[in-house]
Amino acid sequence: MRRSANWLAHSVLILGALLFALPIWLAFCAATLDPAAIDRGELSLIPRLDHIGSFWDVLVHGGPGVPPVWRMLVVSFGMALAIAIGKIVISILSAFAVVFFRFPLRRTAFWAIFVTLMLPVEVRIIPTYAVMGDLHMIDTFPGLAVPLIASATATLLFRQTFAAIPDELVEAARMDGAGPLRFLKDILIPVSAANLAALFVILFVYGWNQYLWPLVVATSPNLDTIVIGIVKMIGIDTSTEWNKVMATAVIALIPPVAVVVSMQRWFVRGLTEGEK
Amino acid sequence: MATLVIENLRKSFGPIEVLHGIDLELASGEMLVIVGASGCGKSTLLRLVAGLEEPTAGRIILDGRDVTRLDPSARDIAMVFQNYALYPHMSVFDNMAYGLRIRGLPKAEIGRRVQETAALLGLEPLLARKPRQLSGGQRQRVAMGRAIVREPKLFLFDEPLSNLDAKLRVSMRAEIRRLQRRLGVTSLYVTHDQVEAMTLGDRLLVMHLGVPVQLATPMEVFDRPANTYVAGFIGTPAMNLLDATLTAGGTAARLAGGTVLAFADGRREGEEGRQLTVGIRPEHVRLEAGGMALAIDLVEPLGSETVLLGRLEDETLLSVKVHGAWTGGERTQVSIPPASLHVFDSRSGLRLDPVR
Repeated sequence: MRRSANWLAHSVLILGALLFALPIWLAFCAATLDPAAIDRGELSLIPRLDHIGSFWDVLVHGGPGVPPVWRMLVVSFGMALAIAIGKIVISILSAFAVVFFRFPLRRTAFWAIFVTLMLPVEVRIIPTYAVMGDLHMIDTFPGLAVPLIASATATLLFRQTFAAIPDELVEAARMDGAGPLRFLKDILIPVSAANLAALFVILFVYGWNQYLWPLVVATSPNLDTIVIGIVKMIGIDTSTEWNKVMATAVIALIPPVAVVVSMQRWFVRGLTEGEK
Repeated sequence: MATLVIENLRKSFGPIEVLHGIDLELASGEMLVIVGASGCGKSTLLRLVAGLEEPTAGRIILDGRDVTRLDPSARDIAMVFQNYALYPHMSVFDNMAYGLRIRGLPKAEIGRRVQETAALLGLEPLLARKPRQLSGGQRQRVAMGRAIVREPKLFLFDEPLSNLDAKLRVSMRAEIRRLQRRLGVTSLYVTHDQVEAMTLGDRLLVMHLGVPVQLATPMEVFDRPANTYVAGFIGTPAMNLLDATLTAGGTAARLAGGTVLAFADGRREGEEGRQLTVGIRPEHVRLEAGGMALAIDLVEPLGSETVLLGRLEDETLLSVKVHGAWTGGERTQVSIPPASLHVFDSRSGLRLDPVR
């Protein structure tokens, strides 16, 4: 009974894994075909290893109309990192204020943050653009990251984490003489480290995948993120070099995957354990 | 070593007053146990002294210094919490050292003090561990250690033993008492457990509904409870409280069933017929042929003794504690020795002492 259930569970898992892996494998194989193969409708599940050089080619030289892929990787990585860290810093501080301090309009402040959940960048793109324009941040690196930093989701998550911390722990720290910032640094952040790491992973991937805002705010090729780069490579003229597009897409996967894999242990702990 | 004086301390949460004016004086090195049912305001009192809550009125004077409006950390007070409140991400050593580090003590001094405290509590082999790798009793010790290492003027204990199992509680109780005596630090200890209260305190403060009811040594509280609440709260099984009236001349009490109990210690004030409540502890009720008839409903063997729960002829409930096992039947006869009688006014519940 148990053996057969295990067997079934495993086959479903394997099937699911294959289903997710197949497109990536296809992209990898397509990257090694000759440029016109996809237009001809030829798709192979077997990579042509003699053409594996196309990866190196896009990484160093880029494709038609886009800078070298390594440059775009740097921009994307910088933007995703800035968004993830910025969001975490801002939301830790705001959740800290909302949970541990009594100040006038505390609930109002919390609800104001909450309401911004309904106003993602896509909705407020025109006013946000106008504000960035006034601040002379159009087509700059800070302009890429700053508008995406304010985050209700992360604030809510930290609020829940902080609210679950026993009052007595807070009081013990007060008796020990820890002031608010000291408490934040020495107790609160270490205690919520697992949640913090999980959130970092999610936010990094979120930042990495941004498309609309970078498209609007950055026009200089120096600020092309890898996601923008992939789109630019498609259909600039009639002949899209699909092998290069696919190679870029596969390379674009690597950094977020690396972040997820390297922080996997923390990630799972943060989502499941809720260490007290 | 320090004295603690509390003057007319009051606390309201919104419109509700939970502490109705507490006055208290602790001698240097004294251990005072505050005991009462949950909701009596005992924890609030402790938190006010700790500085975790702001009093509505009154003053707290520690070692001659008014600390009423001071921050908790500025009061030189250490507290042991019910759930220990250890920092989960820090080792035992860091848990104890944290408060000292904040105070900016030199590293060598911190190390020495933590080592000494750990030796005192037998925590030396555990210094590198995290709290989650410790048993309940060990965590309790670390929480104690964190308080001791600070060398404060005052210890506060907030039901520190209530999360331990019964056996450990007894041994930790003795250990807390030994440590407190040895260190000679003035202490306030809050508990709802009357056994803890009796065994730990130099003096007891019994609280009821935000009011201090009696402040005395444990034995005095037991022997001369100030009112019917204290009488029923201290001692297990609880004291029997029976309705009675004063006889002419105030020399005796007549129970509802008609039995007359002469006072051994003198006559009480009042007219004939004054409503009284008389108390008799179950262990003081005597089995005696020719006494009041008692129908036994329930027999509770406790090993060395047995508690009989029964009814007198007029259906008044009465419990009796007897030595050894109960071999009698379902009926017996009991008498109440006058010397063990407690007399209270039934309207106010206050103890009635003999007229001098």
